Amino acid sequence: MCLSIPARIVSIEGNMAEVSAGGTIFKAGLHMIEDARIGDYILLHAGFAIQKISEKEAAETLKILEDMKNAGDD
Amino acid sequence: MKFIDEYRNKNLILKLAAQIRKSVKRDYTFMEVCGGHTSAIHRFGIPSLLPECIRLISGPGCPVCVTGTGFIDKAIYYSAIPEVILTTFGDLMRVPGSATTLEKMKARGADIRIVLSSLESLAIAWDRPDKKVIFLSIGFETTAPGTAVTVKQAEKQRITNFFLLNAHKVMPPAMEAIMKDNVNIDGFICPGHVATITGPGAFSLIPEKYRTGCVITGFEPTDILMSILMLIRQVNQNSPAVEVQYSRAVTVNGNSAALKYVYEVFEPCDSVWRGLGTIPLSGLKLRSDFERYDAEKVMPVSLPEPEDNELCACGEVLRGVKTPSECPLFASVCIPGNPVGACMVSAEGACNTWYRYRMNNE
Ligand code: SF4
Repeated sequence: MCLSIPARIVSIEGNMAEVSAGGTIFKAGLHMIEDARIGDYILLHAGFAIQKISEKEAAETLKILEDMKNAGDD
Repeated sequence: MKFIDEYRNKNLILKLAAQIRKSVKRDYTFMEVCGGHTSAIHRFGIPSLLPECIRLISGPGCPVCVTGTGFIDKAIYYSAIPEVILTTFGDLMRVPGSATTLEKMKARGADIRIVLSSLESLAIAWDRPDKKVIFLSIGFETTAPGTAVTVKQAEKQRITNFFLLNAHKVMPPAMEAIMKDNVNIDGFICPGHVATITGPGAFSLIPEKYRTGCVITGFEPTDILMSILMLIRQVNQNSPAVEVQYSRAVTVNGNSAALKYVYEVFEPCDSVWRGLGTIPLSGLKLRSDFERYDAEKVMPVSLPEPEDNELCACGEVLRGVKTPSECPLFASVCIPGNPVGACMVSAEGACNTWYRYRMNNE
C-alpha cells in the first residue's frame, strides 16, 4: 500500500487530476502540490500527488551516475 | 517510462556495482526502512550485485507490517457492527488478528470495502448517510497528509458519518528505537518518499546522536546502488551525515503544504509498533478539534490483549535482528497464500519479498 509511483498529469479539474502511470489512468488529489500543470510529473501515493518530480534534478542525478560510470572505465 | 527506465540502465548498474566492489574496505551492514526499498532491492536482485562484505537488512518500513495486532482486532470488531461500512487499503484484509482476519469477516457478510485512497472512502460516506463509514488510516508521513486532506474535506462538506480508525506513524522515532536496541547498523538507506514530505532534516538526529549515516534514496536500481556507494564512503571517511541521493523528489524543506495539512489535523502521540512496542511520539492522533472523526472516541471499544502466534518472528524481522528465513514458519507453514504474520502479507513486507524473490536463489 505504501508505494509511490511517478505519474504524468493528463488533466486537471479543480483539486483533482487524472494522471497516467505506465499507461494506466489514476485519480490524484492535487491539494499538496502548488502550480500543477498538465504534463508535469508527480509522485502518486494512495490517491494523492505528494510531490512534483524535478526534471532538472533528475538530469543532474543521471549526470552524476554517468560520470561514475566513466570514472569506472579508467 | 520517464523517471524509471533511465535509472534501470544495465550498463550503469554494472559499473556502479564494480565501483562498490572497489570501494569496500571492511564489513558493512545497511538497513532499509521503507517497504518500497525492501521490495525494490530484491526485485532488482541488488544483493547478488554486492560483495559479500555488504549485508542489507530490512527495518520497520512496511506500514501494514508494523501495525499491531490490537489495531486489526479493533478493525474486526467494528466490521461486525451492522451499521458500519469499513474501508481499507487492500493489504490489511489478510493480516491476522488474534482470532480472524478482515477477509474472513467479509466472507461472512461484513461490509468491508477496499479503497485506493481516503477520498474514495469519504465518497462512500457521502453516498451512504445511513451508515457509519470507518476508514482504516495507517501509513507513514507519505500517507498521513492525504488522510488530513480528507478529514478537512469531510469538515467542509459537513459529512458526519465518516470516521478514522487511526494508526498513522512517523519514521524517525522508530529508527531511533532501533539504534537504542543496539542493532549493529553502519548506515540507513532512508525512505525517499517519507523525505519528500518531511525534508532531509527529519533524519539529522541519527548521524548527530548515533554517528550513523543516512542516505535518502530513490527506488530504482541505480538509485539504490548509488546510495550504497554513498553510505560506504561515509563509513570509510567516518563522516556520518544525511545525504540526499533522491534529489529529483526531495527538497530541502520537504512538502510544506502537506506538512501543514498534517499538523493542522493531527498531533504527535505515542504509538504501538509490531516488534518494537510503544515508541514515544512515533504516531499521529487527531487533534481535539477533529476528535469527532475518531472512531474510537465516537464508538469506544475495549478488547482483550491481542494474541500473536508465538512462533512468528515478525517482531525480530522488523527490528533487523532476524532474517525471514530464520523464522521457523517461513516458507513452511507461512507462505503468501497463508500468511501467519503481517510481514508475509504485504508486497512490501520482508517475509513476502524474501519468499517471492529469494527462494529460488537459496
Ligand atoms: S515468515 Fe511468517 S511467521 Fe515467520 S516472521 Fe515472517 S510473517 Fe511471521
